[in-house]
Formats: sequence, C-alpha cells, structure tokens
Amino acid sequence: MAALVAGDPFAFIGCSELRESIARQADDEKELAELIEEVPLDSIHFHTHSYFLRHGLIEGAYPNDFAQWVVMQIGDHVLGERLAVLDPFDYPDLENLREELISVIDDHLSRSPIIPRVVFGQPFHFKRSRILEVPIGLEARTLQDFRDIVADIDVSTIYYHMFEAHFRLRRAENDFSAWIRTSLGLTTLADRIRSINPYQGSLERLRSTLISACDEFLTGESAKG
Amino acid sequence: MNPALDEYREVSPKGTVDFLYRLSDLVQGKSFLHLNAVRYGGGMSEILRRLVPMMVSLGVDARWEVLAGSQEYFTVVTRMLNALQGRDEKLTDDMYHTYAGVIERNAKALKLDADMVMVHDHQPAGLVDYRANGCWLWRCHLDLAQPQRPAWAFLRRYVLKYDAAIFSLSGFAQRLPIPKFLIYPSIDPLSPKNRDMTRSEIAQVLDRLGIPRGKPVLLQVARFDRFKDPLGAIHTYRLVKRHHDCRLVLAGAGVMHDPEGEAVLMELREAAARDPDIHVIQLPPEADLEINALQRSATVVLQKSVKEGFGLTVSEAMWKGKPVVGSTAGGIAAQIVDGVTGYVVHSVEGAGFRIRHLLNNPGLINRMGAMAREHVRRNFLITRQLGDYLTLLKLLPAA
Repeated sequence: MAALVAGDPFAFIGCSELRESIARQADDEKELAELIEEVPLDSIHFHTHSYFLRHGLIEGAYPNDFAQWVVMQIGDHVLGERLAVLDPFDYPDLENLREELISVIDDHLSRSPIIPRVVFGQPFHFKRSRILEVPIGLEARTLQDFRDIVADIDVSTIYYHMFEAHFRLRRAENDFSAWIRTSLGLTTLADRIRSINPYQGSLERLRSTLISACDEFLTGESAKG
Repeated sequence: MNPALDEYREVSPKGTVDFLYRLSDLVQGKSFLHLNAVRYGGGMSEILRRLVPMMVSLGVDARWEVLAGSQEYFTVVTRMLNALQGRDEKLTDDMYHTYAGVIERNAKALKLDADMVMVHDHQPAGLVDYRANGCWLWRCHLDLAQPQRPAWAFLRRYVLKYDAAIFSLSGFAQRLPIPKFLIYPSIDPLSPKNRDMTRSEIAQVLDRLGIPRGKPVLLQVARFDRFKDPLGAIHTYRLVKRHHDCRLVLAGAGVMHDPEGEAVLMELREAAARDPDIHVIQLPPEADLEINALQRSATVVLQKSVKEGFGLTVSEAMWKGKPVVGSTAGGIAAQIVDGVTGYVVHSVEGAGFRIRHLLNNPGLINRMGAMAREHVRRNFLITRQLGDYLTLLKLLPAA
C-alpha cells in the first residue's frame, strides 16, 4: 500500500525554557498551600509541567516539584504520594489544578496534629519560566517521516507538542494525534497516541512509546500489503 | 583550539546540536558582550573560553572583555568576595574608592556597546554606571545567601541598575526588584578536565601522583579549605574503612599565600601520616588532566562540603560515570538525583553509611554511575548553557 501523504505537513517546533525566580519560598506545608494560592498560574505550570523538560531521562518517583519537595525535603511521604498521583490532564485548566493542589494539602493538614516543615532540607522556591518556541525546520508528510523525525529530535520538541499543546490549545488532543487524525486520517493510531498519558514517564519514554505506536501501525500496514 | 559545535553531537543529548543551530537562527547578527575580571583560572573563565567562540560560530557577534585592575583593586575585590560570601571582612571607604576608580578607567577603555551585556560577578559590576544601550544582565556565580550587610549594600546599589540578574540557584539570590533568572553553570565535556582518557593515560597520571591501585578509591576533589570539610571526608573514610579496605584521595589546588589553606593541609597531612591509605595531593593550578584521571579512577566520589558555590566537581565526577555522595551545601544537591545518581547526605555518618552501601553493591555503583552521566548530559553540559544564553538574547529586549 502506498504511504499516505498529508496535505498539510507537520512542522516540528522545539522550545527553550528560561527559568525565573519569583522570590516566594515555603518552609512548611501550610506556607506551601498559601503560596500555591497566591503565585501566578505560570508558576503552577512550571512546577507541574516543565519538571519533565528538566528531567528528560530520569524517572523520579514524583512527577511534580511539589510532591518531590514534601518527600525529599520534609520527609512527608503521605502528602508526597497524594500530590504525585494528581494528573494535570484531568483538569480543564491550571486554575482547577491549583485548586486541587490546595485542597489536597489542606485536607492532609486537617488530619495532621502538626504542620510538617523543613528542618534539615531546603525551602521550596517558587519559580516560573518563559518558553521560547523554536521552529526546528523539520516537516513530516508521511507517518514514516514523522516516526523518523521523532526518533532524532531534541526532547524539548516532544515536550512542546505533548505537554504545551494541552494547555496552549486547551484540548485533550495533543499536536501529534491531531495531525495524524486530521491530516493523515489515521483515526485508530490518532486515538492511541491521544491516549498516551505523558505524565507516566520521562520524555525519553514518551519518545519510545510514540515510535513503538508508529512502528506497530506501519508494520501492520506493510503486512496487509 | 575550540572544538566546533558539531563535535558536541557525540556527547550532547540527541538533537541538541541541530536545535542550537535553529535557535541561533533567531538571534543572527545580535551582539553579546561578556565582561569579567580574569581571563584564566576558575570555572567561569574556563567556560567562557569555549562558549564565546561557539556563539561566534553560530552567527552571534560575541565578545569577551576582561577588566584591567591594579594589585590593590584585586585585593579589594577578594575581600569583597569574602564578605559577600559571609566571611568577616572590614571594607573601608578607601577600598570602595579604589573599586570605583578602576571601574571608571575600564569604562573609558572598554567598548561597552552590545545588544546584550553580561557582567559576571562583583568585580566589574560597577560598569553598569557607564551603560550605553542594550540589555544589561548581572550574572552572579556566588552564593549570596548570607552576605555581610555592608558589602551587599555596596554591590546592591549597582545591581539595581541592571535589567535583570542571573543566579545559579534560587537559594543563592537576595531579594531584588529586578527579574531574577536561574541558569545552572555547566561543564565542557571536551575540555582536558572532562574528555575521555585511555587507561594508559590514567595510569601514567596515577603513577606520577603516587597513588597505588588494588583498592576501592574514595575521592574528594576540593580546595584545602575548612568549608570543603576535608576532615569530615577523613572521618567518613574511617567509618567505611572498618568494613571495606579502601583508599581516600583528597586532591586540591595549591595553598600558596593562603595561611588557612596551609593550616588545613597540615592537619590533613598529620592525619594521613598515620594511614598509608589516605593520600593528600596538592595539585598545581589548572591540573585538568590530573583531576580527570583521579575522577576516572575513583570508585565513589565524595563532596562533603559544609559551604559550597555550585560545586561543579560533582558534575565532573558524574560525567565520568561515578556515583557522588554529597552534602546539601550550595549546588551539590541540585546536581545529584538522590538515590538515582548518588546520595545526598546530611552527616559524616550518612556519608559513611551510603558509601558502605555502594561498596557492598558494585552493580549499583555501575548503574548509578551510568544514570549520573546521563543526568549530566541533559542538564549540566556547555551545550545546555549555550542554549540558555541564546534564549536570553532572544527573549530579553534591550532596555
């Protein structure tokens, strides 16, 4: 079967992150909740999303900075686990995610006789980032092109199309699944790529998952002849 | 000679070099001036020597100017450095006057015109008084968490005139009403200190330094300074030695004209005299190959500092595939992923416990070492810092 050629090519875009301190720091879990309520939304975005951009390979146990901090610096594993399980894709926007973070911490504190705080560790420093979009000059017109480019690009490109897309476009579809659905018309594959939860591993794992999905589809098509 | 950007394809993460080429397309022809106080010596100069030619090769009109100062001026800025890092130093009006005089003379001699001007640390910070156009950034490599108040008050007056400040870590910054960006420093994987070495090259260096083989080696590379806690490293080694027949190598740059360093070195030599498995090695300045060989021959690397800047020796060791057991001081903990690339510890006992655990599990040493190298590849190589600086150039408008 001849390869499907998209009318509109997929133009890959990478990104570069400039981190900025916003001069707010928490020394205990109550302060953490208060500051989560107060800081700009882009700080919530930074601490729940770009964690993946900074940890492209290593899969820590805790997929956001808040969970990481309460476990590693305070030693509160219960709250760490409850924050770690939050999936930003379950919330329509960052404001809802912020509310859920506060609600989880408040609930945890209401059951605790003390306010856990940093004793020997470091305080939580709130930050935000500015993201620079960088067109990387690569385009895919077929699924094979797409697969080959994904295999070699900088992981920031995967981050941009899988994570940034969610909040930029405020939709469940990521850029990759949207293009495969609308430009290649491959609904089953698009559904599969859409269903990948990017919060379940590192960016490198995400790259492998995308490549596997494409390879399985291409092998299947090739077997059909 | 500077390796061309393409030579970093083999060592940087997949796609990074191509990404840098595309990123540089966004800043073609823009000018970027770095200003600091020394051309040689220190991590900052080491990186600028590579970074500036790399920026030029990408089409950025990058320059690096070095301040010219008198002996008196350098004495003043050294004392200022101590005070900014929290040590007791008395700074007088005469000293401030000396500083301002050198700044004024340099402002007349240097061409300060650029789209972006990055002024490194306190020595040239006062040049901002003579800014013409462009975006002026103050790049602070120091830990300013607990400065002596008069020294910080003096410097702060200048810092407020910048468009933004850049710190290595949030914890190093002071309160400022200008934007504060965070950029980690980096290591150059192709420099003599970090390039691959053959077994025979390593063996030659170890022979020259008089280090025998045949036992696991614990290594700390650090200046002979109480802040680096070399005695803590010896206590750690002794806890480990009860269970594992190992060696401790403490290697650091010379202590000439440094009374405190000489005192520390004497204490260490006294401790080492009674134990042939402790090796205290005084290295010449810029002993890059020696440090490279020592790090490559180590089994576990220790960084037991009680006060530290960013502590890039941690990344250097991790790049050589070594797990690092480090304290929480400065940027050490920011480089270690605890339990994955090494361990962050809070005491001599913690360091001893973790090193014993590693020596009992050689497979874990290899796995952690491999993860450590990958972590550095993605976070602490010069290619990442180059990308950060190009991003600054694109995102920050000229004031």
